[in-house]
Amino acid sequence: MTETIGIILAKFGFMLFFVLNFGGLLTWVERKQSAVMQDRIGANRAAIFGIRAIGLFHAIADAVKMFTKESFTPKNAEKFLFTIAPGISVFFALIGFAVIPFGDKLVVGETVINLQVAPLNVGILYLFAVAGMAVYGVVLGAWASRNNYALLGGLRASAQMISYEVALGVTIFGSLMIYQTVDLQQIVHWQGNYFWGWIPAWGIFLQPLGFLLFLTVGIAETKRIPFDAPEGESEIIGYSIEYSGMGFGMYLLTDFVETVMIAAITVTLFFGGWQVPFLMADGFHFPWGTVVELSNLVVALLQVGAFTLKVMFFLWLQMAIRWSLPRFRYDQIMRLCWKYILPIALANIIITGIVILALK
Amino acid sequence: MNIHDKYKPLTFWEKLYFPTIFAGLSLTSRKFFRNLALHILGLFGSKFKQDGAVTIQYPEYLRPFFPRLRTMHRLTKREDGSPRCVACMMCETVCPAKCIYIIADEKIDNPQIEKMPQVFDIDLGLCIFCGYCVEACPEDAIRMDTGILEFSNYTRNGMIANMNSMLALQPLDERYVKYDKNGERISEKYLKQS
Repeated sequence: MTETIGIILAKFGFMLFFVLNFGGLLTWVERKQSAVMQDRIGANRAAIFGIRAIGLFHAIADAVKMFTKESFTPKNAEKFLFTIAPGISVFFALIGFAVIPFGDKLVVGETVINLQVAPLNVGILYLFAVAGMAVYGVVLGAWASRNNYALLGGLRASAQMISYEVALGVTIFGSLMIYQTVDLQQIVHWQGNYFWGWIPAWGIFLQPLGFLLFLTVGIAETKRIPFDAPEGESEIIGYSIEYSGMGFGMYLLTDFVETVMIAAITVTLFFGGWQVPFLMADGFHFPWGTVVELSNLVVALLQVGAFTLKVMFFLWLQMAIRWSLPRFRYDQIMRLCWKYILPIALANIIITGIVILALK
Repeated sequence: MNIHDKYKPLTFWEKLYFPTIFAGLSLTSRKFFRNLALHILGLFGSKFKQDGAVTIQYPEYLRPFFPRLRTMHRLTKREDGSPRCVACMMCETVCPAKCIYIIADEKIDNPQIEKMPQVFDIDLGLCIFCGYCVEACPEDAIRMDTGILEFSNYTRNGMIANMNSMLALQPLDERYVKYDKNGERISEKYLKQS
């Protein structure tokens, strides 16, 4: 039996819930993780009825503040584009999650639910298309605010993001050559294989260089430190300078959602997506012969849980990178992309191709 | 260090960039997990020597004050309760911020002392807490040892401290006593001197 519209909407709702919650919690994670790293305590004063919950309410307080603040539109701004640009930005950041598989198959009665919102067979290409559109929100917002500083920030953003999109595609060609597919669900299925019966065939073991390059490029795509030349909120003034209230909040949300996005794509391509080592469709099959049989529901829950845990690890890693490294200069960002990452990624493709041919 | 050492060309290992990033990340991550473990242990009531954070939770807890710290002014009293001040205008003259306003009055009850202040105002919004007024005073009539640092106000007039309010202040708050390492009752020591 095929999926009804209700099931698709439920999956859509689950994914949106997942992403937006992570996006909101990241504001808390960012504050707390940086604080713990630097021997501080971090924001812990927001309280509801005296309960502080280690500062978790600060995310809610932020949201309330963003919504209730005045959303000011400059006199000479292009009103329509100025209003719509943050929406475009956050929209293209969110719809990318449609093709990320967060589990295998869940059987309810006679219905087989594919735990992926949109099972597209061109998954990766769709992701690239969406990532390519992300620059529009930034550039339109910068141009529409009729502020020279914002426009310069938008120019920096477009140059950086378009450059790194080229590298983004090239860095994962090596992986795609191994997987021989662009369907993300099939890519994850492929990673369910094992080398010599016990090492999971995750992309990180096959493409370690590709993983490093992809993570670097991915962080650059999110426009966060150490690649935050487009924003540079502390001193160089970026594209979002004229935005206040929820317009600014949506640009902020875009950054966090893109962080979750990069974590999800990294997990899907290089860390086996929802795969749990030795977990088959009917339970655990350990290499030493032990078999633990589990029902379909438990298996699905384990898979979703594994995917969530892996995403959380990469969110932690990206936050650690954000709070450990200083910003690149603008020319260094460009040089890193065109002179180092792109040639190395191309060399990676050639070497991968030679190895695949030799092993055939 | 020789200043030119800072601009030595990078070695090949540093130029690779990834190894140094990993070194930096491992440093911050080690700090992160160490502090996280200390915080979690602290939640379960363990009392390690080292805390996960160096933060002092300000409104509830205060830093121990250094004994010589200059805080809000107070005016000392004679034994009969009248102000020690003789309105000599030394403090008003020496004040670099020009924040002291004194109007002198004749002291009728004691012929030995000619003058006393009728008005003694200090605009704390202007005061720079240099302590010159304390040093200039020949009568030890003004001191800056109340330990009060929190006197912010919503109006400019609210920042002006008058004679009666400053006469009523006590030397060093009791909060200070709690934080003395040697267990000395510092406030008593200050009382003995005055």
